[in-house]
Amino acid sequence: MTAQRRAGALIQVGLPAWIYLPATLGALFVIVPLVAILLEIDWTRFVPLITSESSRAALTLSVQTASASTAVCILVGVPMALVLARGRFRGRSVLRALVLLPLVLPPVVGGIALLYTFGRQGLLGRQLDVLGIRIAFSTTAVVLAQSFVSLPFLVVSLEGALRSAEAGYEHVAATLGARPTTVLRTVTVPLVLPGLMSGAVLAFARALGEFGATLTFAGSLQGVTRTLPLEIYLQRETDAESAVALSLLLIVVAAIIVIASASRRLSGPL
Amino acid sequence: MRPVPAIAAVVGIATIAGCSAHQTDATGSVTVFAAASLTSTFTELGSRFEQDHPGTSVRFNFAGSADLESQLAQGAPADVFASADTDTMARAAEAGLLAGEPADFATNTLTIVTTPGNPTGIETFADLARPGSQVVVCAPQVPCGAATEKVERAAGVTLAPVSEESAVTDVLGKITSGQADAGLVYVTDAARAGSDVTAIPFPESGGAANRYPIAVLDGSANSGAARQFVDLVTGPQGREVLAAAGFASP
Repeated sequence: MTAQRRAGALIQVGLPAWIYLPATLGALFVIVPLVAILLEIDWTRFVPLITSESSRAALTLSVQTASASTAVCILVGVPMALVLARGRFRGRSVLRALVLLPLVLPPVVGGIALLYTFGRQGLLGRQLDVLGIRIAFSTTAVVLAQSFVSLPFLVVSLEGALRSAEAGYEHVAATLGARPTTVLRTVTVPLVLPGLMSGAVLAFARALGEFGATLTFAGSLQGVTRTLPLEIYLQRETDAESAVALSLLLIVVAAIIVIASASRRLSGPL
Repeated sequence: MRPVPAIAAVVGIATIAGCSAHQTDATGSVTVFAAASLTSTFTELGSRFEQDHPGTSVRFNFAGSADLESQLAQGAPADVFASADTDTMARAAEAGLLAGEPADFATNTLTIVTTPGNPTGIETFADLARPGSQVVVCAPQVPCGAATEKVERAAGVTLAPVSEESAVTDVLGKITSGQADAGLVYVTDAARAGSDVTAIPFPESGGAANRYPIAVLDGSANSGAARQFVDLVTGPQGREVLAAAGFASP
């Protein structure tokens, strides 16, 4: 218990010493499994394992689909966040709850929901099938599954940034005669750009790790729908070492994302 | 987690010693790790066992054979292991997990399943390779996928599936939900799905029968009862229940 008193300064309340014990336990709970996976790796086989044909196909597909779904999220998520933060209409809170549902939904449930929407006999899939558009078992299905689960991450983080951003500049711009689109383009978006970036990074990371919805909805075929998490799940059946090596690859990618977003001070309010 | 398996092993040795002395009727609980394809048959056999031996309870862990084997290797406490293929059981034996020789108790073969009524008109295994039909199979890494590869070689047909699933139940799901036109699953899966699919048997499947072995585990804390459960599965009652689900004799 430390309390410092400086002339003219507020009393600074220190943390109680006991709080470090549960905090340390919590940190170990996260760190020890990561260390365990590092210790399990057969380093002599590591490079061949992660550069095998199936691993490269899975990594390439994962990066491509996660990038595509991040683009989808930005395209529709930014307008959604703007409407939720600035729009004035009845039932907004209900709409927000519904839109954010995938955040708490088990991904496999999302996959089943997508199946009955875009699947061959689904709500929209039936019509698309008539038009000759088949989404099931295609890379598009993977992007849809990833977008479905990662969209709320972008919306939540951008909406938070919009709410905490000063609305004064927007008012000034509007008073000076700027049209709503001009205000949005020249004032609002630049103001919340860090929030948008951190939201996009979160969405990308979530898309990269997507497993349940993809497996349920898109299937699993090398180079088409088998992303890195699906490849890990499959390799684990016969070749645990390969699964561990690929897991580390995914951990490294995730770590790069987290560090990159933290170092650029992009961590907006969530 | 170290001390737990050690204690379990000590208890196990004590019980084995106690049981081998006098073969009394089984009591206590038996934990059975069994392949996912055995879910309905083993659940039924479990309740028969509990009826025949009052005071016992049978608990199951149903999952993919490879998953179960790795759980056991990591020290999961169990009494009996039944896998869907001999390779996985061989790995368990190599790891020193078994108390004795495993016994084969059933075989399972592949069948073609299509959406009800077979709208794409698939009649032979070669029809699956026709362009335009969406076929789903198991990935070669899992037992049903290994069997699929064997059948492809035997038939001289190379399939171009739209998806290679990591579990046979996922293949079945893609057909029952109408996502794909046809798939390769075990005859027992097709029997379980009933009218949700149309099963089309094909002669080439005979060359790729999966054998199901069962064994008492080395770490069993109740090996007497475990042995009696294995006897039930391999005996006439087990045969009757397994045959009803579509399993063939080994």
